[in-house]
Amino acid sequence: SPLFHKFLKEALNKVPKDKCVTVRDALNQAMDEELERDERVFLLGEEVAQYDGAYKVSRGLWKKYGDKRIIDTPISEMGFAGIAVGAAMAGLRPICEFMTFNFSMQAIDQVINSAAKTCYMSAGLQAVPIVFRGPNGASAGVAAQHSQCFAAWYAHCPGLKVVSPWNSEDAKGLLKSSIRDDNPVVFLENELLYGVPFEMSEEAQSKDFTIPIGKAKVERAGSHITLVSHSRYVGHCLDAAAVLAKEGIECEVINLRTIRPMDVESIEASVMKTNHLVTVEGGWPQFGVGAEICARIMEGSAFNYLDSPVTRVTGVDIPMPYAKILEDHSLPQIKDIIFSVKKTLNV
Amino acid sequence: IFSPSLLLTSIFSLTDVVSVQSGCRFFHQKCDLHRLEEGPPLKAELTRDQGLQYYRTMQTVRRMELKADQLYKQKIIRGFCHLYDGQEACAAGIEASINPTDHLITAYRAHGYTYTRGVSIKEILAELTGRKGGVAKGKGGSMHMYAPHFYGGNGIVGAQVPLGAGIALACQYQGNNQLCVTLYGDGAANQGQLFESFNMAALWKLPCIFICENNKYGMGTSVERASASIDYYKRGDFIPGIRVDGMDVLCVREATKFAADHCRSGKGPIVMELQTYRYHGHSMSDPGVSYRTREEIQEVRTKSDPISMLKERMLSNNMASVEEFKEIDVDIRKQVEEAAQFATSDPEPPLEDLCNHIFYNNPPLEVRGTNPWSKLKSVS
Repeated sequence: SPLFHKFLKEALNKVPKDKCVTVRDALNQAMDEELERDERVFLLGEEVAQYDGAYKVSRGLWKKYGDKRIIDTPISEMGFAGIAVGAAMAGLRPICEFMTFNFSMQAIDQVINSAAKTCYMSAGLQAVPIVFRGPNGASAGVAAQHSQCFAAWYAHCPGLKVVSPWNSEDAKGLLKSSIRDDNPVVFLENELLYGVPFEMSEEAQSKDFTIPIGKAKVERAGSHITLVSHSRYVGHCLDAAAVLAKEGIECEVINLRTIRPMDVESIEASVMKTNHLVTVEGGWPQFGVGAEICARIMEGSAFNYLDSPVTRVTGVDIPMPYAKILEDHSLPQIKDIIFSVKKTLNV
Repeated sequence: IFSPSLLLTSIFSLTDVVSVQSGCRFFHQKCDLHRLEEGPPLKAELTRDQGLQYYRTMQTVRRMELKADQLYKQKIIRGFCHLYDGQEACAAGIEASINPTDHLITAYRAHGYTYTRGVSIKEILAELTGRKGGVAKGKGGSMHMYAPHFYGGNGIVGAQVPLGAGIALACQYQGNNQLCVTLYGDGAANQGQLFESFNMAALWKLPCIFICENNKYGMGTSVERASASIDYYKRGDFIPGIRVDGMDVLCVREATKFAADHCRSGKGPIVMELQTYRYHGHSMSDPGVSYRTREEIQEVRTKSDPISMLKERMLSNNMASVEEFKEIDVDIRKQVEEAAQFATSDPEPPLEDLCNHIFYNNPPLEVRGTNPWSKLKSVS
């Protein structure tokens, strides 16, 4: 969005360039560091090795680590996802890349039935330390079969952890934690964020920087209304908050960081302060992340603090169209968030 | 595994046996080969100790499965129960040819392999009856039993095959000279993910023995009605294959040894088809006679039963006496009975265990129960 780019330009002018890292580079750093740290870690997927990654996320890794650790697979999602799960069962720590999560549908049985459920079915005898990662959700102009958000589908299942980073610190810290986790993690990236640079603190640039899975982050404090989001839309929420601030409406913006287990306590604490809640996501409305947040708020202590029902801002309930004007109107825009905030506040 | 004993006198039969220093050498038919110049040796040596051990293993599996049948009919076992009686030579022969440090994964007809891979009869039956003393503490059931280097027990037809290839990848990666035996049935042989696994295993030369246990029926569908090609040992296409008499424990052992050598020498994967038969229906809810005749089942029982065949061989070559076999039978019956006793008297898992083991090596977490006020605890 133009506003975000303006914000970014200003930020970039203030911050020394070498402290700005793109999400792509942050993910690359995370994998590089974990590959170096633990020889059981390896990466497999389509084009991850010699092509440097379909989206260049694994750039340079094959050159550094070779064929054994960075493996190009044929176009066989069900096969290579199963192979990755088997390797995890036998003591390795695979990172299984889906070129996009749309293709994970081919392999979803391996993710759910072979990976997610095994620790429970075996009463803890058989662990599956695996990370499934790749771009999730809408990109730009890739149309219906390549634009689905899988956060709700995977987050539905016990036995999985589902992580959805927004900025570079999130990407690096959460990917490192996911790789170190002894359980199956679905790591949902966003293609449109890969090229976006974010400031990274010195701490975040260290080799042992991790962000705990299951903890949300308050990106912006506010007192009038809570906005909860994940991935790309955190940025949209911050943009909306900047505009609303000029009108005297102070939004608290929460970056979920993890979808499952969801940090409901952070949302509740915020709602108990602001009394209003808007959820923002790119996925479809029915049975989605926002729907889950609504249900959890209703069941918990924060319900009585609400001054109005929770509002969900979501993608439009349609397969993604191709034409730009249609695509733009299929996903939450900043004006949709601003509109929803005002409606929720009844202003 | 080998403990050669002194030579026993033997009758040199016209058909297939010579006595050798340590036991007997049996000859059998040449295996059908696919993309192989040579196959497993035509002869197999069997010592008395080995023979008795294979007998004991197969008979234990047999009696355990029949006990499971009984318990199921008494409604003490519920849900899915896919019995292995008839196929014992496959599990026994394979285990005889690989090391305990090798790996094995199979589908849902898994009780036999669970036993050969080291889980006690007690823990198997108690898992079937859903008790806390079961190998998976009652959380898994018939299709989800695990042990070191044994990865179940898998309920989704064919899904275990990519898993097995992945385990083989781990062996190769770790350079430990181990291999993975990956089993599937004639029904699963038509799953696409098998061909994806074959491709990657061959491409990367994974030390994986893909074994099709062809028992002629995928649930109620005969092989002729399911597969355009019923030469399952050829279905690996560019992967060499062997077709083996799966009712003969020695054939299975020799073929698997051959396959293991192939893998360990870095030649890549190999496919084996074991021609075998199951006496029971597909599962306990299938009488097994609507798609095949009782005559067919009876014929296999009388002419090709794996346990009888081994016993007769040993008896007619004076490798053991009728009394010895009887003693073994009595002992096994006792063990199975004791295990069944345990499996029926052991308590069910405590409710506190309901939400445990969702994760491995994880701090405790809260799990939502059936209603919002029900907050359950999960430890790993």
